[in-house]
Amino acid sequence: MLRRLASLPVVLFCVVTITFFLVRLSPGGPFDSERKLPKEIEKQLLAKYKLDGPVLAQYTGYLKDLLHGDLRLSTKYRNRSVNEIMAQTLPVTLTLGATALLIAVTTGVWLGAFAAARPRTPAEGAALAMTLLAISLPSFVLGPILILVFSIKLSWLPVGGWGSLLQLILPAVTLAIPYAAVIARLLHDSLRETLAEDFIRTARAKGLSEGAVVYRHALRVAILPVISYLGPLAANLLTGSIVVETIFHIPGAGGFFVNSILNRDGFLLGGVVIVYCVLLVIFNLLVDLSYRLLDRRIMEQ
Amino acid sequence: MIHQLPKMARIPAIILCGIILSVLLGPFLFPHAYELPGEQTYTPPSLVHLCGTDLNGRDLLLRILQGGRISLLVGICGAGISLIIGTSYGLIAGSSSRSVDNTMMRFVDILYSVPRLIFILIFINAFNERLQLAASNYGWDWLVGSSRLVILILSLGIIEWLTMARIVRGQTLTLSERSYVAAARVLGEGYWTILWRHLLPNLAGIILVYLTLAIPSVIIDEAFLSFLGLGVQAPQSSWGSLLAEGASSINPLKGAWWMILFPSLALLTTLLALYSLGDALRRSISAKNS
Repeated sequence: MLRRLASLPVVLFCVVTITFFLVRLSPGGPFDSERKLPKEIEKQLLAKYKLDGPVLAQYTGYLKDLLHGDLRLSTKYRNRSVNEIMAQTLPVTLTLGATALLIAVTTGVWLGAFAAARPRTPAEGAALAMTLLAISLPSFVLGPILILVFSIKLSWLPVGGWGSLLQLILPAVTLAIPYAAVIARLLHDSLRETLAEDFIRTARAKGLSEGAVVYRHALRVAILPVISYLGPLAANLLTGSIVVETIFHIPGAGGFFVNSILNRDGFLLGGVVIVYCVLLVIFNLLVDLSYRLLDRRIMEQ
Repeated sequence: MIHQLPKMARIPAIILCGIILSVLLGPFLFPHAYELPGEQTYTPPSLVHLCGTDLNGRDLLLRILQGGRISLLVGICGAGISLIIGTSYGLIAGSSSRSVDNTMMRFVDILYSVPRLIFILIFINAFNERLQLAASNYGWDWLVGSSRLVILILSLGIIEWLTMARIVRGQTLTLSERSYVAAARVLGEGYWTILWRHLLPNLAGIILVYLTLAIPSVIIDEAFLSFLGLGVQAPQSSWGSLLAEGASSINPLKGAWWMILFPSLALLTTLLALYSLGDALRRSISAKNS
């Protein structure tokens, strides 16, 4: 565990370095698109945004600022710091992501257990077919279709925007459905494997009902692969939220990310990537920890 | 050939062949005028235009078929690159010493939990113009026009190999304990010979199965990037960029539903066919093994 903790700064350092040099490698500076500036002003601008001097010195300067928690200024949204922008947009993205995570895990676990408890029945076949369909429905397909049906034809839910609970439903569901299907398949396969083991036969022999066997005994063991999938899932949800925020016009960090690429807004771009990676690394650490705790408890039993 | 496939894999295999054939040959059946901007913008589906027309009056069905060429090309080539990287990585990890194997797989774990597509977005942006410049310096005209496509395929191949590496590594570990590998080792065959002659041929089946599962993942990634306007760019189009157009053309005032429905259906059918083919093959292999 300590080794994992130690690898955290190494991973973050790599992320920062790769991002910095990828952004610097992009041709053209952040002030190129505008009218040709006089040399003096351009020099001042570059100095203000700390983009002057040799690249290596810029890099070490950036690292130093990051260590102080300063993500620097955005070159597009003048006079706004990246810290400010992230503070405004990140809560939105995190609310969307957390809701989607919750939906994906609960529906996925429920559907996977439902299918695995009914081996070789039409119900199992239907559930598995449904998950295949859902995996093939990425958010940019599902989102517009859900808007078309629920917002435009039926007018039950708002087309987009952010602020009310109703506005959260469609984007969160859009983001969650493919991953709910992945979790359902994962849990189904691992439950089927667990249900074939000896301790399950013992539980059945004790005369426990099938429901108690599946939910109380088998699920505890079979849930482990789902837990180790949570890390990659969080990464996928953060990436996926970029598209969902675009579709539903949600003012989250994802939209700023896309714009910062188009505007060559290096520090905003770097800020989003670094903050995302910090969040994911910490989340993975927590997942890892809970996996070990669960695993040890199962071993002890 | 179709008879050799397991029962569950036959229907998706036939559907896939149908999609590939219609994407390759279909566009030749249309009159040239369908490709050009016309007067009839946003006409709903009719007998003349089966899937309706788009903002510029072009036939949507034709655009879907042409977009399918790009989507499938990116999917197949990208998955091919991921296959090469993933197989080599998995083979080397699975047949190396414990500590090397641990380090290599820990690296895969880290990559899994990092938003890889986000890095790829920056990567494409950083290298596209450079590649274009280099291509025009060397006089490679074909590359100038499709540099973005080439870099897209390369970069998607670079990020989609993780699952392949895990599977190949696991299989390599089991295969390494078989007696014929031990026999080869006793006979004094070298490390690379054993990898190439004994392990790789026995991994071919599972590699092919995961190739059918990698193709849809790459297609989804490409559509994701193109949807954001950061992937395939005009005049080329893919299913992702068509979907982006469709999504921007539905609102309560003008519901051009066909713009979103038909590209969605094309993508959905292809993904579904590929996933069910891969799933059926995977099941039949694991049934054979146990």
